[in-house]
Amino acid sequence: MSNENTLSRRGLFMKIGMLFNGLVAAALALPIVRFLSSSVTRGRGNAYLSWVPLGRVTEFPEGETRLATFQNPYVMPTDGKTVDTACWVRRIGGDQFQVFAVNCAHLGCPVRWFPQSGLFMCPCHGGAYYRDGSRASGPPERGLFEYPHKIENGLITIQAGELPTPALSAALDGKQPPCA
Amino acid sequence: MRLISQIGDWFDRRLQLAAPIRETAEHPVPRNTASWFYVFGSAALTVFILQLVTGILLALIYVPSASEAWSSLQALNHDVTLGWFIRALHGWGSNFMVAIVLIHMVQVFLFGAHKFPRELTWIVGVFLLLMTLGMAFSGQVLRFDQDAYWGLGIGASIASRVPIAGSMIVKLMLGGPIIAGATLSRFFALHVFVIPGMLIGFVCLHVLMVLKLGINEWPMPGRVVKRSTYLSQYHELTKKDGAPFVPYAIWKDLFFAAFILLALAACALYFGPFGPTGRPDPTIIQTVPKPDYFFLWLYALLSLLPPSLETPALLIGPVVAIIGLLLLPFLSGEGEKSWRRRPIAVLTVLLIAIILGTFTHLAGYMPWSPHMNAWSGDPVPERFLHGATAVQRQGALVFQVKQCRNCHSLGELGGQRGPALDSVAVRLTQDQLIRQVIQGGGNMPAYGKNLSPAETTALVAFLEVLHPAGQAPARDAARDIVLRESGTHP
Repeated sequence: MSNENTLSRRGLFMKIGMLFNGLVAAALALPIVRFLSSSVTRGRGNAYLSWVPLGRVTEFPEGETRLATFQNPYVMPTDGKTVDTACWVRRIGGDQFQVFAVNCAHLGCPVRWFPQSGLFMCPCHGGAYYRDGSRASGPPERGLFEYPHKIENGLITIQAGELPTPALSAALDGKQPPCA
Repeated sequence: MRLISQIGDWFDRRLQLAAPIRETAEHPVPRNTASWFYVFGSAALTVFILQLVTGILLALIYVPSASEAWSSLQALNHDVTLGWFIRALHGWGSNFMVAIVLIHMVQVFLFGAHKFPRELTWIVGVFLLLMTLGMAFSGQVLRFDQDAYWGLGIGASIASRVPIAGSMIVKLMLGGPIIAGATLSRFFALHVFVIPGMLIGFVCLHVLMVLKLGINEWPMPGRVVKRSTYLSQYHELTKKDGAPFVPYAIWKDLFFAAFILLALAACALYFGPFGPTGRPDPTIIQTVPKPDYFFLWLYALLSLLPPSLETPALLIGPVVAIIGLLLLPFLSGEGEKSWRRRPIAVLTVLLIAIILGTFTHLAGYMPWSPHMNAWSGDPVPERFLHGATAVQRQGALVFQVKQCRNCHSLGELGGQRGPALDSVAVRLTQDQLIRQVIQGGGNMPAYGKNLSPAETTALVAFLEVLHPAGQAPARDAARDIVLRESGTHP
C-alpha cells in the first residue's frame, strides 16, 4: 500500500514506541548501575577508613610480636564474625611499632608467627617473612602488608578497614605512619 | 484408557506439541552414534537437573547471611531429617558435574564434533563449562566456612592483580572493602539466580542445536569434513543408515544416566557431605585453607610458578585458554574428524590431562608448604643422636626449636619445602653449612640474626652428623691443609 521509502503512520508509532522504551530503560539503568557499583564508589561510606584501637601500648611487650584482634569500623547486621580481624603487632621498643596484616602478600592466607626462629610462615604456598615483615623466601614478591598506625593517649590505633591485597599495597605503603 | 487419550487430545488441540515432540524423538540419527561414547552430554544434563532439585531443597533451610550460614549448614547436617544426604548429593553432584562436563568435552573434541557445522554448539559448550566452574567456585563460597573465607581472600588477591582496575574489581567482588555479609549475599545471588538462569538458557540452546544440526556421526578415518559437501553427506547418511533416536539410541543414555545417579548417590551415602570446616572467623588463623578438588591444580600451579611469572600467568593464561577454546572450531573447522588421524589433538589432550593430574596429585600433599607443627611434633631419629656429643645434641635442640624441621625432613618426617637433611653432611662441608644457615639463599631464609654464635656452632655440629652410615661427610681438603700447616688442627 505504501512504497518502501515512505514511513507509514504505524511504522512511525512503532519507532516512537521503541524510542520511548529506550528512554525509560536508560532512566532505569542509571539507578541500577549506581546501586551495583555502590560497593566500589562509596560502599560503606568512608567509615571503614576510621582508626580502630588495638589496645594499650603497655599490653605489648617490647621486642615481641603478638596477635591482636579488632573489629572493622563499619558493621552490617548480617556480617557475623567476619568483621573481626586479626593482625600481628610488633613492638620494636618504646613507641616504635609495626602492625602487619595476617594476610600473606602472595594470596592472602593467614601467616603465623614463630618467635623462636623470628619468622612468619604461610601455610598455603610456603611464603616466609622476617620479623620486620620483609620477605624471606617463597612465592611472595614483597613483604607483609603493614597497616598505618598511631599512638594516642597510650593507645595504639590502626587504619585497617580494607582487605589488604597487592592492589591496595601501593596505597598502604604510600601512607607514612604518623608516629613511627 | 479412552478417557486418558481424550484428555490428551483435549490438551493437544490447545498446545499442539504432540507432533513436534514425536518428530524430535523419532528423528533419524546415524546408526553408529548409538554408542556408549555418546552418553556424556545427556549424563551432564541429568546431573544438572539433580543439582537444580537438590539446590532448591537446600535453599529451604540454608540462610545466606554471614552470621547464620555456618549454623544453618550445621543444622542441615545434624538436625534436619536427611539434610546431610541432600547436602552430600549436591556436593557430590558438583564434583560429578565438573568431571562429566570435562569428559564430554574431551569426547566431543576427539570425535571432531566441534567441526563444521557444529561450531556454535562447541562455543556454547565452552560457556557452559565456564558457568559450571563458576557454579563450583560460588558453591564453595556458600559453604561458608574457613576454607570459603580464605578462598575468597585468595580470589580477591588474584583479582587485585589486574592492572589499574584491580582494587575496584576486588570491591565489586566482595561487595565492600572486606569479606563480610555482603560478599556472601552476592555469591548467593550468583549461585542461585544469575548463573543457573544463564545455564538453563545456554543448555536449551546447546540441546536445540544438537537436534537441529543432528548428532555427530561416528568419525571414520579418511572421511574428511568439507563445508561445501558435509551437509548433504550427513543428510544422506541419516537417510541411508539412520535409525530413530527413540528408542534406538536413547536406551544407552537412559542406562548411563541412571548409573551415574546411582554412583553419585552411593558416593553421597558412603562419604557424606563436604564440610563445613571451622567457623568462618577471621581471627582464627590456625587454618590451612585448601580449595575444592577441581581447583587444586591451580593451587599447586600458584606455588610452583616463579614469582615474576605469577601475575602474567594468572591474568593472561585464562584469557588465552578461553580464546583458544572459542577459536578452535574456526581454526580446525574442516578436515579429519577421527582421532586416529589427529595425533596433535590426541597429544594435546594427553598433555593437558597429565599436567592437570600431576598438579592435582601434588596439591594432595603440598610439598611446598611448611609443616607448621613439625618442629614441636616430629622426633629426631634416634640414629642421629646415638653416641652424639653434648654439642651435637644441643644442635639437635636448636634444629627443632628454630623450626628448621618445618621445612626440612629427617627420617621422612617434617616439611618438604626444603631438601631432606638425612645426608646433608655428605653434600655440604662445614663452611658451606655455616654459610647456608647464616645467609640463607636458594629459597631459604637467612638465620644470621636469629642464631647466637654458640647456637650456630651447635647446629652445624649436629648437621655434620647427618650422613648415612659408611658414607663420610664432605670435607674441604684445602682447608685441612691450611689448618695443618698453621698447627691449629691435628
